[in-house]
Amino acid sequence: MSQDTATYDAAAEFHDRASLSQKAQALLHKYPWLSSTMVLVVASIIFSFFNENFLTPSNFSLILQQVAIVGAVAAGQTLIILTAGIDLSCGAIAVFSSMTMAKLVQGTPGEGEPVGWAIWLAFPAGLLVGMLGGAINGFLVTKVKLPPFIVTLGTYNVFLALTLTLTKGTVPSIEMDPFLLTLGHYVNLGPFRVTTGVLFMFAMYMVLAFVLRYTSWGRHVYAVGDDIDAARLAGISVNRVLMSVYMVAGLTFALAAWIVIGRVTVASPNTGGDLNLDAITAVVIGGTSLFGGRGTIFGSLIGAIIVGVFRNGLTLAGVDLYYQLLAIGLLIIFAVSVDQWIRKARK
Amino acid sequence: MSKSPILQAVGLTKSYGRVVALDGSDLELFPGEVLAVVGDNGAGKSTMIKCLSGAEIADEGQIILDGQQMSFKRPQDGRHAGIETVYQTLAVAPALDIASNLFLGREMRKKGPLGSVLRMIDSSGMRKAAKEHISALGIGTIQNITQAVETLSGGQRQAVAVARAAAFGQKLIILDEPTAALGVRESRQVLKLIESLRDRGMPVILISHNMPQVFEVADRIQIQRLGKRAAVVTPKSHSMNDVVAIMTGAMTVDKKDQALKSVR
Repeated sequence: MSQDTATYDAAAEFHDRASLSQKAQALLHKYPWLSSTMVLVVASIIFSFFNENFLTPSNFSLILQQVAIVGAVAAGQTLIILTAGIDLSCGAIAVFSSMTMAKLVQGTPGEGEPVGWAIWLAFPAGLLVGMLGGAINGFLVTKVKLPPFIVTLGTYNVFLALTLTLTKGTVPSIEMDPFLLTLGHYVNLGPFRVTTGVLFMFAMYMVLAFVLRYTSWGRHVYAVGDDIDAARLAGISVNRVLMSVYMVAGLTFALAAWIVIGRVTVASPNTGGDLNLDAITAVVIGGTSLFGGRGTIFGSLIGAIIVGVFRNGLTLAGVDLYYQLLAIGLLIIFAVSVDQWIRKARK
Repeated sequence: MSKSPILQAVGLTKSYGRVVALDGSDLELFPGEVLAVVGDNGAGKSTMIKCLSGAEIADEGQIILDGQQMSFKRPQDGRHAGIETVYQTLAVAPALDIASNLFLGREMRKKGPLGSVLRMIDSSGMRKAAKEHISALGIGTIQNITQAVETLSGGQRQAVAVARAAAFGQKLIILDEPTAALGVRESRQVLKLIESLRDRGMPVILISHNMPQVFEVADRIQIQRLGKRAAVVTPKSHSMNDVVAIMTGAMTVDKKDQALKSVR
């Protein structure tokens, strides 16, 4: 027995003498958002050397407005990626929701004046369409048991086709309902001047962060993504959790669509093209693992801001657009490499 | 001597396609005993406990718990009825901490409107309770209850899984190969855990390959062969060689020589 204790102490001592890189690994493992926050701070400092206008409240207000839409979509995307899924149809759902809202308000032109729906009907209907889109994804993932990648690749095309059918491929230039434009208004916050859409996005993050951190449902989302069989055996209704994740995500995509309308003041079928991949980029750069179970929602917000900061900073530094794309690409690879490195630590 | 079983399975049958994993197997577990279930690979041990815990649904047969017939459809049903199972795969979420894992699927809510309206979970309460459960089992090696389970050793993970079962098991606990992946020292710990469970009056079903361990802790030993119950013996009535012989079909035991009743 005494020998046992001796070996144990030796093992403990060995543990204490972890190298610096092991310590860094452990730290990143515990706080996955740490590396992305560091990237954000370092990048901001470097960019401020190249252009004195970079580190100003007005410029950061601009960046935040640019990332509000991607950030909102990334919030929902994070939930799905935490369950080890992925949603390639997020942008398509957002655009389809925004078109639904706009079309319902506008009404169908027939004889005489088109009669649209009241906003208090049209707006919830648009949100419902988003949730329904998510529910279709969730159904195919949980009941038909298809991989999320394939499911959402399919529904991406389906929602896109539905949107184009709805608009007949044209951009409806209509007088938008004032309520739908709410999130385009500006507010002053000290030196910052941002749209209400930015604040709305922040609020979405707050709510989701609370739910993930402080409710059973949040723990179950992590558990399902971590090890789905273990979660099932531990007594979690895995399918119910997955279904709810896809539906809540669909709702956030529809809310993101509201921000889209406020920003571009029309509902256009062409606004959501880049949203799909941009949202995934933000989540990945934010330190959430594509293998599920690890990451934080605020990481995705930081990830979205990093992409915005890189685009803006490189532009202000006079860097060609092509190189901006290159930088974002390298950033993604860097983020995934860090994730793999952290995962190796625990094996 | 004439105790009635707390858990009884009658004629459990389960096939996967054309493979018959369980072929009309019986099982009785009596109050306060450790029943070991042994058998060769493919004898239907794991399938049987999955049926008993609700992870699988038997094609035929009955499960009677405390005199009541059960029909489990999901693992939750078994848990709800008071049967806790520690699966071979442990069923822990590696990235979550010990306390979260202990309460996974049945988190405690905060009292008052924070819990009922906002549905907030009581993290500190769960941490405190988890600490109590872990120390009640005499597992002293876990210092930090907020440690992620993936940072634990195999034996400590096993201890967490057993602690979870012990904390919530009302009627009985099923352990599937709890020492298969463990070293000598850690196996000792788990065997001690089983004994402390029995001392607390908790009936245990232990699935194992390890004969010396089975003979050390079991009150009765059920031997499975080809999806059926071949015999039930006690460590006193039969030797390890006998059990292996029964397992492989080289030996049969007459019904009257079997330990079909409680021996405790």
